[in-house]
This record gives sequence, C-alpha cells and structure tokens, in this order.
Amino acid sequence: MRVNKKLFAAGAVAVVATLGLASCASGDADNGENGGSAEGGTLTVWVDAERVDAVQPAADAYSEEKGVEVEIVGKDVATIKDDFIQQVPTGEGPDITMGAHDWLGELSTNGVVAPLELGDSAGDYLDVAINAATYEGTVYMLPYAVENIAILRNADLVPEAATSFDDMIAKGQAAGLDKPFVVEQGAEGNPYHLYPFQTAFGAPVFGTNDEGYDPTDLQLGNEGGIEFANWLGSQGKNGAGNFNTDIDGDIAKQAFLDGTAAFWLTGPWNVGAAVDGGINVAIDTIPSPTGEPASPFAGVKGFFVSSESDNKVAANDFLVNYIGTEEVQLDLFEAGNILPALSSAAETASSDPIIEGFAAVGAEAVPMPAIPAMGSVWQYWGIAEASIINGEDPVATWEKLAADVQAAIDAK
Amino acid sequence: MSSMIDEDVAADPGADRKPTKRQRQAAKIADAASGSMKAFVVKLVLMGLVDAIALYAVFILALQREWIVLGVIVAVTVFVNWIYFSRRRLPAKYLTPGIIFLSLFQVFVLLYTGYVAFTNYGTGHNGSKEQAVSSLMAASLERVPDSPTYQVTVVDQLGTLGLLVTDPDGDVQLGTMEQPLAEVDGAEIENGKAVAVDGWTTLSFGEVISRTDEITELAIPASDDPNDGALRTPDGSNGYLYTSNLEYDEAAGTMTDLSTGTVYTDIGTGAFVAEDGQELRPGWQIVVGFDNFIRAVTDPRLAGPLVYVTLWTFAFALISVASTFFLGLFLAITFNDLRMRGRKAYRIAMILPYAIPSFLSALVWAGMMNQSFGFINQVLLGGASVPWLTDPFVAKISVLIVNLWLGFPYMFLVCLGALQSIPDDVQEAATVDGASSWNVFRLIKLPLLLVSVAPLLIASFAFNFNNFNVIYMLTNGGPRDTGAPIPVGFTDILISMVYKVAFTGQTRDYGLASAYSIIIFIVVAVISIIAFRRTKSLEEIN
Repeated sequence: MRVNKKLFAAGAVAVVATLGLASCASGDADNGENGGSAEGGTLTVWVDAERVDAVQPAADAYSEEKGVEVEIVGKDVATIKDDFIQQVPTGEGPDITMGAHDWLGELSTNGVVAPLELGDSAGDYLDVAINAATYEGTVYMLPYAVENIAILRNADLVPEAATSFDDMIAKGQAAGLDKPFVVEQGAEGNPYHLYPFQTAFGAPVFGTNDEGYDPTDLQLGNEGGIEFANWLGSQGKNGAGNFNTDIDGDIAKQAFLDGTAAFWLTGPWNVGAAVDGGINVAIDTIPSPTGEPASPFAGVKGFFVSSESDNKVAANDFLVNYIGTEEVQLDLFEAGNILPALSSAAETASSDPIIEGFAAVGAEAVPMPAIPAMGSVWQYWGIAEASIINGEDPVATWEKLAADVQAAIDAK
Repeated sequence: MSSMIDEDVAADPGADRKPTKRQRQAAKIADAASGSMKAFVVKLVLMGLVDAIALYAVFILALQREWIVLGVIVAVTVFVNWIYFSRRRLPAKYLTPGIIFLSLFQVFVLLYTGYVAFTNYGTGHNGSKEQAVSSLMAASLERVPDSPTYQVTVVDQLGTLGLLVTDPDGDVQLGTMEQPLAEVDGAEIENGKAVAVDGWTTLSFGEVISRTDEITELAIPASDDPNDGALRTPDGSNGYLYTSNLEYDEAAGTMTDLSTGTVYTDIGTGAFVAEDGQELRPGWQIVVGFDNFIRAVTDPRLAGPLVYVTLWTFAFALISVASTFFLGLFLAITFNDLRMRGRKAYRIAMILPYAIPSFLSALVWAGMMNQSFGFINQVLLGGASVPWLTDPFVAKISVLIVNLWLGFPYMFLVCLGALQSIPDDVQEAATVDGASSWNVFRLIKLPLLLVSVAPLLIASFAFNFNNFNVIYMLTNGGPRDTGAPIPVGFTDILISMVYKVAFTGQTRDYGLASAYSIIIFIVVAVISIIAFRRTKSLEEIN
C-alpha cells in the first residue's frame, strides 16, 4: 500500500503541475502569437454561437486574400459581454467581439473598446444603426443588424391592420376575442415592451443633444409621462385589463398560437414560432393610444474591436471591408432573420413581407440609450409600471419613479 | 484525489473480506517495491514528467516575463523533488499533493477574493492605469469635420515609418511623425494611388499587420499647426485627419481637456478627477484599503432593508434546515420500517427532486406558481387566485415550500444512513426495559442520530444561508419593496441583496461584492464555530 500511495502522490503532483501551472501559461502563449510572426498573424473573433456559420465565409475569404488567419470562436450570448470586459485588460481577450449597441456605455466606461473608423462607408448604413454605433460622438461598432418590436397580427382572425390602440382592441373583440392583445410583462414589468406607448405620449427617457442621449436631461417624469401612467393604469387590472403582469413571454406566445389573442407585441425572434404554429402572421406598426407615432426601442447588433488588440489594423480592415459588405450582411441576416444594418442589404432583405413590416416599424424606432445612466432607469422602471398595472396610484407611482431614477443617477 | 478516497473507502470494510482486484495489485506493487528497482524506476519516470512539465512552464513564463509565477513554480518543483527523493519525510510524501491542491483551488481563491475586497475593481476601474490612459487617448480622437478620406501607403526608411498620401485631388504627399506632410515628386502611381516613392520601401500588407503597434501610434501632422490635426490610418490603406481633445502629461499625472481647458488630475482615487469632482472614465484598478468594508456597513441606502433582509435570511436558513430535516427524518423512519413493502421503489422516488438541477426545479415551480396561469391555482385549486409569488408574506411561504421540496431528499438520505448504523440491540434492550417506542426514539435514537447528523445540519445551515439559486430563480427576491431605495425585495436573502447592490444595471462592483462576501463568510463562520462547539457535548453520549 505504501508504495502505491507514493506513486499516486507523484501522479497527483504531475496533474497539479499540468492543470495549474501549464494552464497559466498556455493562454499567454496563444496570445503571444498575435502579431508576433512576421507575416499574417491571427485575428480572434468572438461571435454568438448561432452565427458562427454566417461569419465563417467572410473569415475564410479574408484569410485567403490578406494572409491573416481569422479564428472564429462561438460564445454563449449570455456571458460574452462580461467575459469580454474581464478578459480584455488581462490581454487574453479576443481582437473582435460581436455584441449589441447598448453595451457601449459599459464597454467604454471600462476602456475595453477601441474606436472604429467607418470612413466613407458610414453613409451606407441605416441612420438608426449609425446613431446607435456612436457613443459620445465617436463610432465604436460595425453594425450588422437592427432589431425592434412590432405588432404580430393573426390575419385570419383580424384581416385589417388597426389604426389606433382602441381600434385594435375593438377589432379584436369584434372577432369574438375576450383579450385580443397580449404583450409580455412579468412580476417586475417589462418597460422595453411598453416603451412605444410611452413615447406616443411624448415621454422619452432622456433628452438628446448633439452627442446623442443626454444623461443630465431626464425626460421620464415629464407631463407626457404622467399622462402615460394614467393611461397605463386605465388599461391595467382595475381598468380594461389589456395589460397583465402575470403574462410572461411564454404565456403571451401560447395565447397567440392558440388564437385566443389576435395581436402580439413582440420582436422578430418570435416570428418563427408563430409561422411554424400555422398562424397567418402579418406585421403592423404599433397602434398608438394617442395620435402620435409609437416608437419602440431599436437594438442594433454589431462588432467591437478590443482596445488591447495587437492587431487593430487587421481588425479594422476585416470589419469595415469584409463584414461591412452586402454579401456578409445578408449571410448574417439568414442566420438570425433580423433586418441588416447596411442599407443595400436591408433593401434586399425587405423583399420578405415580414422583414419589410419590421423595417417599417423600425423607421420610427429610436436607439435604446447606451449611456450608463440607463442602468439606473431599468432598475426602477419596470417595477413602477408593474405596480401601476396592478392598480397603484399612477401619478404618485410615476413621480416616485422619476425621483428615484434621478436620485440614482445623481448618486453615481 | 477521488481515486484515493475510493481506495480508502474500499479498504476499510475490506479487512474481513476477500481482497479486491485493485488491492491485490497494490499488494503486488508493495511486495515488489521492498528492495526492488522497479518502483524506483516508476517514481523516477513520474517525477521526470513533473519536472518536464514544470520546465516547459518555466520556459513559457520566461518568454511572457511572468517572473512571480515562474518563481513559485521553481520553488514548488524543487520542494516536491526534495520530498520525494529524500529517504525520510514520509508524512510529507502523503500530505504534499493534497496541500498543493488545497492552495491552488481553495487558498488562492480565498486570498484573491480577499485581495479584490481591498481594491476598487469594478465597472470603470477595470484595468491598469496604462490601459486607461491609452483608451482615453484613443477615444479622444475626433475626425476633423468634413475632412476627406485620403488613400495612404505605409512606407519605411531605415526603420522610420512614413505615410505616402494621395489626397482626393491626386496630389501626393509624404510625412512622418516628425515631418509634417510635404509634397513629393516621382511617386509611382497605380489606379490613382501613390504606391511607392524613391528612397522609401513600401510595406506589404503582411508587414503592416506585423507592425500594427507602430502604425496605430503613427500620427502625421497635417501641417506645423497642431490644430490642423494629424493623419492616422486605422486600416493601413485609408487615412483620416483627427484632432485630439485630450492631452496627457505623464510627469504631472494630468489629463487636460483641450476644448474646455479643464484639468483632470490623478489624485490617487484610481481615476483622473477634475476640481469639481467630475471623473474621466475609464479609470484604473488601485488598492483602496478598507473603503469597501466601510461602504458596505455605512451605505445609507441599505440601512432600512438590511435589518429585515438579515432577519429573513436567518429565518429562511433555520426554517429550511428544520423543515427539510424533520421531513427527511420522518420519511427515513417510515421507509426504514421493515414491514413496508416496495421500500426500494419509494426510496428511488424520494431521491428524484435531488437528481434534478435545483435551478431547473425552481424555474418550473415559478411557472406553476404563476397567479393567473399557474398549474397550482388553475388546476389544483380550481381557478383560485392565490398570489403565490407576488404577496410579500405568501411569497416567503412559497420559497420555503420549494426549498423544502428541493432539500428533503438530502436529509432523507443522511438520516436513512445514520438510522441504519444504529445497532438494533440498543433498541431491543430499551424495549426489554419497558420503554415506549416514542421514548426509544426520543431518548435513544435521536441523540445517537444527532451525533452523526449535527455537523451536516450546520453545513446545511451555511448552505441555505447563501442559497442564491432558489431565491434568484424562483422570485428574484420579489415582490419588490417599492419603498426601498435599492431594488431589494421581500424574499431577498443577504447574498441575493448583495448581488443586487454590487451588480445593479451596468455597474459591476467586484470590490464591494468581495467585501460583502467576506462579511457574510465571517457571520456564517462564527455561527458554525459556536454550533460545532455545542455539538461536541452530543458526542459525549457515545
């Protein structure tokens, strides 16, 4: 036995050495190759695991033409941002990562993202995409897709688009439905999905200046906001009951698939399920409760260059001249079914009536604020809306929301 | 490690059984080892492997200039060799691998958490000062309004980089870091772009890539006037004019905003701060001493919620331990009764909740407890509207119910094992002496049971005290306390509240989070030590 244990112990030491010590070194070794070799070098690109195949052809083409090896690494969407922020300063991060524009405030505050020069090609993208890619006056992101919510209508139940919010409810009830409209909420509310109605009352979250959203100009609590709160209360539990915090994403989806709801306010990510469920889906603009347009948030997806990349020149070149082409943007569109950010690709993609529908709503969309102050808003926003829906006093709740948000922003 | 445990477990009861195959092998090696060369050779090979790996690590670390890690590896390797080639130091031969594992996976993690608690690591203080400065400088570049795109070629003269620039009118200019752009003659033009000029070597794309660092730094003044901006090329083939609105003075440690004249100074808080208190972001990581601990206990936003969250945390942990223990014990006694048929099938059914990942069960429960659409209200209660997760008091009950469901199989297993290890003759003797079966349980079985189970109850308390999964997945701390200034809810326990305070919105405050987790660790450790002291008295029964 004694010798056996000794052997085992020696083996264990070997394992420790391999696991512990070698792993400390191996990462560095990989990274050391970046830019180290005379010709080429390697570009490491993190992409959402579902879009690896869409980016791969562009990467192969780039490797072949420029002699720079492009390594595409599929990452889990849920952890990609935090991983990027934590790993860039250590030198272990990638050269490029895929992401969304509302990360910009956080990435820039942490100093992990490098500016990107789109040059003359900036004019080739949709305006909303370029606005979203710009933070404090500097462009940081190569946009590839624009995403926003819209109304999914069951065209078999209600053949015509609604002209206003009340018209939508009336049309649905005429079709024999008790609760014709569903939108995902949940116990803590879901301000993202309620925002179009809020903007219809003229209450954006922040005012804007020439550098984009202005964190010192909180517009949430203005008169329009109070009107919106009153309207929301009247549509909630103690009123018309069109909003319900017990309805989460899955319940809303089920109601639409079962045909108990004819209108579903949701994003392109749910269209596939609705079409597969045999629903004759039409995409409408969001019916406004006032006469003003109901503008949803636009989320813009794109690519960022790491501030610690050893290969910035190749990274810029790859993004601007290879990812920013119609072909690659259309490949990415195929992978995700979201409107491309490059105007020419967006036009091609809009031959599909569903994409065209979302693009029409997107024309009214506003980029979701990327400024860090937005974090303070999310914290209080949904819960206030949820309590208004559940019958709390709308005016008092909304005023407290505005005060809490202002206090949280000032405390930063 | 696990194979060692397996071996020990197998070895203990093996004393009065036939030796297993592995034991026979071990005995063979042991016999062979006494006096033979074979074992020595095996040891030599294994130690050789260890040394080879260490040497490889040293080699790579030297290339990366990681001197501290390198030093540690050399010291550990020398130490390990000394131990295993020595004729004595037998205890060390047994202990060393375990201690190395312990330091790597436990002590290091603890020390690192401790270290982070004393830094300002978090959003805005993410990297080194150097990285913050370069990031600020990069972000401060602004393209000169309405300036055109220039076609550029990167050229080299004896190691000095220059840009050969073709402006939109077709004029060709050359410049370096020191020499502002000036017209040159005789450049070779290809498709309207100057690609080479006498006396300079044109860099191929591969060479441009390999000299990325120099080219990113390359800024060619457009003229002698710095306000005209400098030409930079982000991709090696197009150039743009930029002006910078920040100036860094390394000696004075200041950043000056050139457009407003504001001076931001490094005053030792891990960021450049203006006189009016405004900070430039990003800042960098520094050691801040006890600041995080002071903030953790003096944060005025926490004053109200902290009291009831702490009370609820204790209540949650204690009730969870008690309820799971008693249900587990009851079931263990029931299923340990020899008169029961099909015990094995029941026992397997009992283990099922334990076999499903707890976060998954919590999510399923959250769906079932939905007020309007959940299975419990709709089907079991026939359309009732019990606010399972949305009423402050009922939500607490729901959390306890779900945690009971998740936790009792563990207690069931533990109690079943402990019950079966209590010898039957004790019970027989008591029955003969005329004790009632309740008294047998209360006065004999339970104390004997507690001797082995009490430490596990303490461990279970510590686990539930920090049972983040259940709270986060089931209610996320909700329903929210709308009166509190932080997004805390009525079912939040300390650890989930800390998570919300340290990681709100886009802010990640790792320093504060580490400080909190150390405070919570101390609380749990103190409670556990006191409890362990008390359970010592139980052991005197034996």
